[in-house]
This record gives sequence, C-alpha cells and structure tokens, in this order.
Amino acid sequence: MMAYIVRRVLYAIPILIGVNVLTFLLFFVVNSPDDMARMHLGMKRVTPEAIQTWKQERGYDRPLLYNDAAEGVGRLTDTIFFQKSLKLFQFDFGSSDSGRDIGYDISQRMWPSLAIAIPVLLVGLLVNITYALLIAFFRATYIDFWSVVLLVAMMSISGLFYIIGGQYLVSKLLHLVPISGYDTGWAAAKFLVLPVVIGVVGGVGAGTRWYRTLFLEEIDKDYVRTARAKGLSEPRVLFRHVLRNALIPILTGVVVVLPLLFMGSLITESFFGIPGLGSYTIDAINSQDFAIVRAMVFLGSVLYILGLLLTDISYTLVDPRVRLS
Amino acid sequence: MNGRPLLRVEGLRTWLGDHARPVRAVDGLDLEIHRGETLALLGESGCGKSMTALSIMRLLPPSGRIVAGHVFLGETALLDLPESAMRNERGGRMGMIFQEPMTSLNAVLTVGEQIAEAVRLHDPDSRDRVEERVVELLTAVGIPDPRRRLREFPHQLSGGMKQRVMIAIALAGRPELLIADEPTTALDVTIQAQVLALLKDLQQRTGMAVLLITHDLGVVSEVADRLAVMYAGQIIEVAATRGFFRQPRHPYSRKLFESMPGRNRRGRALAVIEGSVPDLASEFRGCRFLERCDRAMPVCAEEEPPWCDTGVDSGMRCHLCGREQTEAEVAGGQAAQVEEVEEPSRPLLEVQDLQVHFPIRKGVLKRVVGQVKAVDGVTLEIHQGRTLALVGESGCGKTTVGKGILQLIRPTGGAVRFGGDDLTRLDRRALRPRRTDMQIIFQDPVSSMNPRMLVGDIVAEGMRALGVVGDAREGRLRVAELLRQVGLSEEAASRYPHEFSGGQRQRICVARALAVNPRFIVCDEPTSALDVSVQAQILNLLKALQQDLGLSYLFITHDISVVDYLAHEVAVMYLGRIVEQGRVEEVLATPAHPYTRALLSAVPQVDPERRRQVIRLEGDMPSPADPPAGCFFHPRCPEATDQCRRAYPDEVSLSDSWRVSCFRVAAGTSARPGAGDGATG
Amino acid sequence: MSGELVVLWTDALIFLLLVVAVGFGVYAAGRPHLRGPWGAVVRSRVGMGTLVVLAFYVAVGLLDSIHFQPGDGNGGPAGAEVVSLFDTLVGGLRARQEKSYSAPLATRLYTKENIELPDGRTVRDYPRLRYGGAHLQDPESERLPDLLRLSAVGIVKGLVVSLVVANVLIMLLAGRNRSDYGSQARQLLRGRTGIPWRVALGMTTLMLVLVFWSAELAAKYHLLGTDKVGEDVFYQALKSIRTGLVIGTLTTLVMLPAAILLGIMAGYFRGWVDDLIQYTYTTLNSIPGVLLIAAAILMLQIYMSNHADEFNSLVERADLRLLFLCIILGVTSWTGLCRLLRGEALKLREVDYVQAATALGVGHMTIITRHILPNVLHIVLISVVLDFSGLVLAEAVLSYVNIGVDPTMNSWGNMINSARLEMAREPIVWWSLAAAMIFMFVLVLAANLLSDVVQDAFNPRLRNRR
Repeated sequence: MMAYIVRRVLYAIPILIGVNVLTFLLFFVVNSPDDMARMHLGMKRVTPEAIQTWKQERGYDRPLLYNDAAEGVGRLTDTIFFQKSLKLFQFDFGSSDSGRDIGYDISQRMWPSLAIAIPVLLVGLLVNITYALLIAFFRATYIDFWSVVLLVAMMSISGLFYIIGGQYLVSKLLHLVPISGYDTGWAAAKFLVLPVVIGVVGGVGAGTRWYRTLFLEEIDKDYVRTARAKGLSEPRVLFRHVLRNALIPILTGVVVVLPLLFMGSLITESFFGIPGLGSYTIDAINSQDFAIVRAMVFLGSVLYILGLLLTDISYTLVDPRVRLS
Repeated sequence: MNGRPLLRVEGLRTWLGDHARPVRAVDGLDLEIHRGETLALLGESGCGKSMTALSIMRLLPPSGRIVAGHVFLGETALLDLPESAMRNERGGRMGMIFQEPMTSLNAVLTVGEQIAEAVRLHDPDSRDRVEERVVELLTAVGIPDPRRRLREFPHQLSGGMKQRVMIAIALAGRPELLIADEPTTALDVTIQAQVLALLKDLQQRTGMAVLLITHDLGVVSEVADRLAVMYAGQIIEVAATRGFFRQPRHPYSRKLFESMPGRNRRGRALAVIEGSVPDLASEFRGCRFLERCDRAMPVCAEEEPPWCDTGVDSGMRCHLCGREQTEAEVAGGQAAQVEEVEEPSRPLLEVQDLQVHFPIRKGVLKRVVGQVKAVDGVTLEIHQGRTLALVGESGCGKTTVGKGILQLIRPTGGAVRFGGDDLTRLDRRALRPRRTDMQIIFQDPVSSMNPRMLVGDIVAEGMRALGVVGDAREGRLRVAELLRQVGLSEEAASRYPHEFSGGQRQRICVARALAVNPRFIVCDEPTSALDVSVQAQILNLLKALQQDLGLSYLFITHDISVVDYLAHEVAVMYLGRIVEQGRVEEVLATPAHPYTRALLSAVPQVDPERRRQVIRLEGDMPSPADPPAGCFFHPRCPEATDQCRRAYPDEVSLSDSWRVSCFRVAAGTSARPGAGDGATG
Repeated sequence: MSGELVVLWTDALIFLLLVVAVGFGVYAAGRPHLRGPWGAVVRSRVGMGTLVVLAFYVAVGLLDSIHFQPGDGNGGPAGAEVVSLFDTLVGGLRARQEKSYSAPLATRLYTKENIELPDGRTVRDYPRLRYGGAHLQDPESERLPDLLRLSAVGIVKGLVVSLVVANVLIMLLAGRNRSDYGSQARQLLRGRTGIPWRVALGMTTLMLVLVFWSAELAAKYHLLGTDKVGEDVFYQALKSIRTGLVIGTLTTLVMLPAAILLGIMAGYFRGWVDDLIQYTYTTLNSIPGVLLIAAAILMLQIYMSNHADEFNSLVERADLRLLFLCIILGVTSWTGLCRLLRGEALKLREVDYVQAATALGVGHMTIITRHILPNVLHIVLISVVLDFSGLVLAEAVLSYVNIGVDPTMNSWGNMINSARLEMAREPIVWWSLAAAMIFMFVLVLAANLLSDVVQDAFNPRLRNRR
C-alpha cells in the first residue's frame, strides 16, 4: 500500500513539471512580458520606460531561462522560469500583478469557497441518491418515465438560469435572504443558504440521472437475482445489495472532486459576491492579473492530481476486489 | 412413483419481449417432481429450460411474463400467491442455484453475511445463533475452515467454492425443492465431480427434491432419477434415466445420443441434427422438430403431436408414439468412412521446452518480482495429418501453448520448429510468409469474427494480407469455393456474421483458416461453446478436412469424449507443464499419471457400464504464479510421497510414444528423453 | 443580393463538417451495423421529434454561415460590413434599431424621455418606437386587434404550408409503399407507420406555425423587445443559434482526430507509446479547464490587440476568436474520449478476431483501420452527441466570464451577460434573458433527448429500461 502511494506520488511529479512548463510557455513565451505590460498600461503610446518600470516592479525584467549577467547558480535561478514557475513547487505563489501576496489571499479565500462547496456536495449526494433509489424502485413505471423527462429537462437548463432565477425569486420577490454578500462566522449562513440550494438543484438533473443508470445497471446483474431467490424484499435488495455495489462508482466519483472543492465555484461565487477562490479567479481573469491565474492553474493541477491519487486509494478501501499488494 | 408430487407444473406458458411478437420461451409445459427425487430437465441452449426454472421461482426478467398455467408446490398454488407470500417460498421451501457462481454472489458482502441473510429470513429457530448456523451450512457443503471463510469475500474463493456457497445459501431455508440451473457448466470437470457428489450427498441427507437443469447427457446419467427432454419450449420426452439411456424414444433424443462423440464412434462420422432450434417467436402448426427430423411424416406438418404415455413413468410428444419399436435400431451413424491415417515419420511441428512467462511487477519502480509461468517447459510434436489433443483444466496454460506456437504471444523461452525454422527467432515481418502454414480457430464463434465485416471479406482477409490469390475475381471464386467446402452456400459471402448461428459461424472461421492453405491448425476449444448436436457437425467437418487435405491439428480441449473420438495423440497439461502424453489408446485406456486418472474418472459417463470410481481431487489448481515446490500436483495427489514434495519428477517413457512425469510410475525402459531429442515420436 | 462571397474560417469548417456528415451518411447506408442503429433512432418517437427541432436550428445556422460583403451595386468597393444570407432573409430585423430598451411587442420605449412636441413644449413620456408598431395610428387601441390579426394570418400561413408538406410526404410514402393515398394517409394519422411520421409531421407543423407566426409579428413589431442599444432581441437570439451550433460541433470536430488516433494507438501498441499518450492527456487534464481556457483566451486577446491591423473586419476577428475558442475547448475536452478509446482498444486488441487477423499476417495499420476503428465508432458517435449540449451550455458560462466568444458576436452567453446587469432595474428588463434561455433550453433539451436515443440505439448494453 505504501509503495503504491509512493509510486503514485512519484508519478505526479512529471505531470506537475509538464503543467509548469506548459503554463510557462503560455504566459511568458507565447506572449512576452512586454505584451503584458503594454496590455496593462494601455495599448497606445506607451513609453519603453514605462514598460520597463512595470516589469521591474513585478520581477518580469529577468531573462526567461538563462541569465548572462548573473553569477554562478544565479545564472539559472535569477530567471523568470526559476523565480515565477519553479517556485510554484514550493507553493510560493509570489505576489499578484497588483502587488498582493497570492499565498495569503488563497489561504483567506479558500474557507468561503469550502463553506459553499462542501454543503452542496453533501446535500446534493443525499438528494441525488435518494431520488435515484426511488426511481430504481419504481423502475419501468410512469414515475420512472416522467422522472427521467424531468431530469433531462433540468439538466438542459443553463446553470446561469438557476442562479439568476433563484436570486430573482427568493431574494428579490420573496425577500427571504440577501441577494449577495458575505459575513464572517455563523452570520455567513444567511448568505450561504441560497447558493447551496441553487447548487444542489442545479446538479440534480445530471447527478440523479447518472445514479439511476448506475442502479439500473446493477439491478440487471446475477447477484441481484440470487438475492431475490433468497426471498429478500425489494427494498432490502435495493438497499443491501444494489446500493452497496453502486456506491463504489459513486464514492470514487466524489473522491476525485474532493480536493477541487477548494477551488470554489466560479459562477456561483461571483454572482453571490462570496469572497472565495472562485470569485478570486474570475476577478483575476477580468483584471487580467496573470500572476494569479498562473498560481490558480498550478494549484488546480496539484489538487486534481491529488484527487486522482485519493480515488485510487479509495477504490482499495471500498472495493474488496481491489487489493494492493 | 407414488404419492402426491412435490412440485406440479401444468400448462405453463412464459412469454418474453414485446406484445406484438412475443418469444414463447415456455409454451405449454407440464412437469412433476416427487419428494426426494432428482429430475433432470435436459435441452439445448435456447429451448426454454432456464425460463421454466425462473417461472417456477417467479424470478423472470422484466420483459418476461407468465401468461398461462399453474405451479403447485405441495398444496400451494405458487402463481396465485401475493408477492409477499411468494418471498417466503423463495429461499424457504424452494432454493435455487445458478450457472455462473462467479457473478451470482455479491462481491462487496462477505460470504458469511450473504448466507446469514437467508438464515435470518427463513430459519426462525436459528435466529439467535445465526453465525453457528452459517458455519454449519458451510461445513455441510464441504468448505474447509468455515469460521475463517465466512469473513472472506467471494473473490477470494475459487469457482467451485463459490458454487458451494451458493448451495449453502439455498440450503439455509431447509428447502424441499432445490432448483439447480446448470450448476456445473462453468466449472472444470474435476470440480464438477465434487459439486455433483455434494448435491447427491445433500439430497440423501435432507431428502429434498432436485430439479437439475442441464445440457449435458453425462451429468444427467450420473445424478438424475428421471429426466425430461425439452425442445422449443415444450417437453418432448419424459423417462426414467436408466430406461432412457438404454433406449431413447423421441427422434430428437435419439439423435442427441448419436451425436455424442466418444471412443465407440471413433472412425465413424457422428450423426448430426441438421439446422438449428426454431425461432420461438414464430407460431407453430405441426411438430416443432419437423424440419430437423429424419423420420418426419406428412402428419407431422399438419398437426402438433399429442402427448402419449409409453410406460408407467415415461412418455413423449411424437406421432411415432406406439410405432417406433419396429424401427428402433435403425439409427446409427453413417457407415465407417473415416480411416485412421498411418503415422508418417517426420514431425511437422516440433515444440521444445516452450515457456511463456508473464512478469509480475511490484513496488515503487514496478520491478519484476516474479513470473506467472503460464507455460513452463512444454515439449511436443505433431506429425503430418495427425491430431494432437492438449487437455487440461482451465488455467493450466493450454490456450497459451497454442498462441505461443503461432507467435501470437511471444514465448519467453524454448523453440518452435516448423518446416526447419525456429519461429521464435523470426520477427513480425519474417513470420508473415510462414503464417500461410499455420492457422487458428477460436472457441467463441461470436468474438472470433469482426461484426462489422462481411463474411466474404472475413474469409478473404488472410488471402489478401498474405497474397495467396492474385486478383479480386480469383479471390471471390476462392471464397465461394471455401464456403462450399465448409458446407455453406456462396451467398453467405455477402452477409454479416450475426446472421448466422453458432455452428455456421464456426464453419466460417474454419473457412477463414483454410483460405491461406495451412498445413497445421490450432483448434482452441472450437466446439465447447456449441450445443452437442452442432458440435457433431463441426467435428465431422474437421475430420473430413483432415482426410482430404492432410491437415494436422493441435486440438485444445477440456472434453475427454472429443479427444477419444478425434485425436491420435493426447497430452495432459497441469499448471503449465505436460504431465503425460502418448497415443490416445494408451493414455485414455490406461492412464498412468494420477492426475490423468483423476481427470478421466471425473468425466461423467453416459454409459453406466463404463462408469468408474471417481477419484476425488481435493481443492483447486494452485496459481501458476506460485506453483508448489516439487511436483506441481503433489498437494492434490492421492498418491503423493515425500519425494514428490522435494523435486519435480523427470519424464519416464512407458513406450516409444508414451511419456509420464511421475515418481510413482515405474519406468518401462530407463530411456529418458533428453532435451532436444525428438526421436521418440 | 449581389456581393462578394466571404468565407470565414468557421464557415469553411462548418461546410466541411456537413460534407463529412453527408459522406458518413452515404457510407453508413451501405452498412447494416451503422444503418440499423440510425434506423432505431429514426423509428423512436422522441428521436424523430428532436431531429425535426434540430433541423430547424441547423437550417438557421447554415443560412447564417454563408457570408458575403454586399456590393453597393455599382461595382464600387464593397463596405467593410459582412452579412450572411440569413441577415438578408430577415433583412428588416437587423436594420430596425431603436434607441434603447423596449418590451416585447411594445410600441413605445421602456424609459421615459423628454419629447419635444410640435408646439415646442417638451414633455416627459414614453416615446413611440421608430419601427415597432409604427404603422399604427393609435397604438393604445389598435395594438391588440392588430396583434391578433397578424397572429391569425401567421398561424394560417403556417398551417397551409404544413398541409402542403404533409400531402407531399403522404404521396411520397404512398409511392414508395405502392399503396394509395387514402390508406397511406389513414395509416400515418393513426401512427401505424414504422417510422413515426405522425410525430414528425406534428412537430414540423408546430415549428412551421411558430416560424410563420413570429415572422408576421416580427415584421411589424419587436417580437422579443429590444436591448440597451435598441437592437432587436429576437434577431439576436436567432443569430446566436449559429454560435451555439459552431461551438457544439466544431469543438468536437477539432478534437476528434487527435482523440481517435491517440486513443487507439495508446491502447493498441501499449508500451512506451501508451505511457507517452497517457502522460500527455493526464497533464492536459490536470489543468482546470476553465483556467486553461481563460489563460489561452487572455493570451489571444493580447495577441489580437497587438496585431489589430491583421484583421479585415470585426466579423473576421470575432470569427477567429470563435474558432480559437473551439480549438481550446477541444484541447480541454479530448482527453475523456481518448481515455475511453484507449480502454476499448486495449480490450479489442485481445479479441479473437484481432488475434485471428494477426495470425493471418495482417499489418498493424490494417488491423487498426479495419478491425479496431469500426468497432469503436459507436463510442465516438455517442460521445460527440453527448458533448454537444454540454458545450452549448459551456459557451454561456464562458461568455459570462468574458472568456467566451467575442463581445461583438451574437451569442446566448453574451445576451445573458449583458442582460443580467439589468436584473437590478425596476421594473425588471427580463426579455433578453428569457429569450436567450428559451432558445438555448430548446436546443439543449433536443440534443439531450437525442443523445439518449442515440445512446440506446448504439449501445444496447447501456440501455436503460423504460
């Protein structure tokens, strides 16, 4: 088991290097720091001096890969690649183009993101599994048919509509909760209810339909027939046998996204004005703050790979057939 | 039989599929089973025997429905019970076990939990001592060390063990009737013998009745008291087992008998039942067997034959009823036409010390820590026009030998000499011209043809790739000729594989192999996916081709009766090595190796006179990744000695063709065939 | 209609896709294993209904993909403006620009303005629209009867055309089935045909009635109102169809070759080829999609503003951005299919018929093209159909974050993006949002339903019981 985990972690290193090189190419080679400076300072009539100053302030005035001017190790370390890309491996994200410490911002903003993402995940899981089990119990009846119609319709609606519609209905017409905003501590709850509900509702269509397929696939299997031949009642067959087996793909599907919950939801957070990492990213994109985008790309990749690792491990825990030796 | 029957089925009709054109899987079936007896329901695939069982249990798939009939278990009319009451019968008075023990158990629950579930439901007396009862049941089905086993998951058990667990689940409710749906079909013959013996034993101890569903006449003969032959949704003959095996009455039953391969039919073509089982979605007017019957009369097409009793406890559904005695002995295969080929001197193919190992990787850097020795030093040779049968249980490496010879899997070591070249030394390009000489036919007629290609293209594929034919026209003519040669019409070329039945597909596969004019064909269980009547067609074809074209076969199989019928030499494999090989007459008549003896004794025999004492092998074959020290067979061998535990025995020659690897076999001659010595053949 | 044809990049690719689709159709017609499943799709009622709806969308999209620069008629230099065939067909809609917001079917602006009366006084009132309902003398009293009259005319026109279509269809069917008109018509109306023509006709009628009804109303009014700068929202929603279709289809087209080739190669050859390909897609996959797109689009923006003079027109620029978005979306979405195909190829290479081909000396390339590719094609097809709706929805989200299509391009995302700012207004301006949502919903719903049917038809193993 340990050897397996170590191997998977080692396997992650070349991938992270790949991600790192890729972002380096995208941000510093395809477009030079000069381009970025010009973009920020306004396109027309920018003096070379202004560009130079802008670059200097942010440390983009170094050579890309090799510094002739420096001495010794500095030739390699005093470069953009080392300072801006390789340092990410130490989770040293540097400062944003507007001068803030990205690492600090991330550590502050991940909590509001989690405050939404975790309830959405848990409540969503509960709702989807319950509904899917219900459909599986009433399979091949009108309840099944119309549920599927409903689910397909729900998943055909843009997520934006759930948010806008929900805000309009709940906050503007009914005045139940504030439209947007955030607070610290328990006071945040009133700001979180609506985004969580909308997150769950928006996910029911695709989620429940996927779980229904999983359940129905299991129901056709031989061991279910054995369970029925024992004389078990249908609910017992569903809960004890079908659910247990279908939970394996469900749980591993959840595990893979667990680390990414930190990244928050882009749209929800920006609509509801929640100061999480999602809105952080959006703001960075809108203000074209490349330092933040770069940091988030790297962070996202690390979390994704962590998710893959956790998935593999969770398989070995929940599925007795998978044994690592 | 006297007294009231335990189970009575009357006029059962079960339909599947849509209402517009239902498949009449069971179409008017009557059946009786008495307490303590075993009734075998015998039939080919698709005849409706499984649907019968599922109808009795009321476990039909969602598309199935019972449209007519009654089922009585004792006094209870099962089909009228509400579902909740039916659940008490299921697993209670009636238990059922299924064909696939691999998939029939829930993989994420322990064995103990799965049995305990049934105990809690149906055995109120044991409710406060569930675990003990589970251990009792596991002991009853012969699972060693039950206290440990009940905490294990199904994947930790072998196939035979899983089927025992299934039986334990069925026994939990102390059933009066056990329905066993092909309980041993997925198992090896030695394991099959264990499970059948267990069933017999349990029946004697508990007095339950068994409805045994099978396609295997041998199994019927071994365990059944009475049997019912099913064809196209109906029962066409019922008889006591003894009587039936002395003289089957219905033309279909007779044909089924005659199409069985075996020693006594050697040198003769097998009787075949032409065509295949009719489409059950169509409506029948006359006899359902009409089109395949060689004794059909005008009346057979006109009206459905009525049921007629032929004895106290026997009867059949045929218009010949009451008339058949006069011509009872007409049947029999065609006259002997297949001659034994004289053995030529030079071997066509020599395999020497063939090894195929698959690395096991482990650890952080995936280092190779071991080898699965699927084939571990196999030496054999095949002569022009001869058939060598390679027999063994699943997992012994026999298929890997076939693929290793053809270089479909690259051997790890050893040599394969064909026509002077060592094939293992040739690269892919250099092998290509050699491929015209050697071909392969696979077990599964469904997966062995690309479903997206026309039959003509499939047959012509090798000719094109190897440049056997010149232009397209010549190619088409050759394809037509090949199709005729294997007994299909030329029109088959412009159709797709799925339009053909299993037997026809296997013929197409034979045609594809023949297309490149091979001299040697690996037949990898070519008939084990087929029904016995269809199997006979393919065996006849292969034998005829060998005669006409002088082909050599490596015939990989687990079916001893086929070996007996077809092969000249036989090699018995166990755990990657050959333990005994020689002429069929020698090895099958007087097997020398304890494993061969056990294997042969486990084969169910149709003929009660030929039945021998079954040598029961304990346990299962070990994993080829971790073979036992010494002789690989010693942990299961009833005759093992200390010597066997220490070293692997050398080969001993019993005659110029017969070699055995066993310490217990006294050498007839001290000549020990050394490596590279191929002159013993 | 004279003018110089302009072939935008996406136009060219759309028509390439069309050629590929037609070619595939001809190829499939000769192969029962492909024709069969499509037959099942067409025979299902849901499949037929959604196909009809999608056909209307595709028709609009295709008409909107033939671009030209209208000449001034004198052979003089053409203006920089590029219009599509669709624009000329709905000509009026495009030109009739109001000053600002107006509600659906309104005759006056949505906001009060200072109006200078003929006598020189100014009053603050809702001014009349320049085009919407301009033919009415007294809009307050005449508007409703006029709307009803126009609706009636539109519906009747739609019904008449539907009737013609139905008759043509029945005659064609009667001709093919060698039956007479009457019995064929009865069969059809009772729904006794193998292909559910009744559903097809019903759906066509519904769509035609909608088309003619909206055409009648849109000619005189702004059917779905106008937006901030006074552009007709109905027109915007229609123009957005092409954007949605392009994103949904071209993205897949862009990624397919790489996904198919790499996926099959990884599974078939295994070894280092497999390692390399797996590494590539795991790396790409590990970058969060939105961020990769954001990074790429930001870079594109910089590039475009630095090289502004390389683009002839705004339309061309927007088009290139659209294409680029498709490519980058493709880069982020090919990995799923690739992994699926790798797994399938891994399985297929061990299947008996591939082994038999190897035993027959067939080469690697032939095995891949003849044995593996045809047997994974259904997976490709299912994933193409499955991806479509997700991509259409993704466009809206990306455009909302400003990393989608060009802000000057008509798209549902852009419509929503600009409309949401007005949600806070009192009274609320809802029609842009509603229009975008409804047009998008119908397309995505049809695509989702179709993908269900396609999946059932091509992959019976996964078939969900009804």
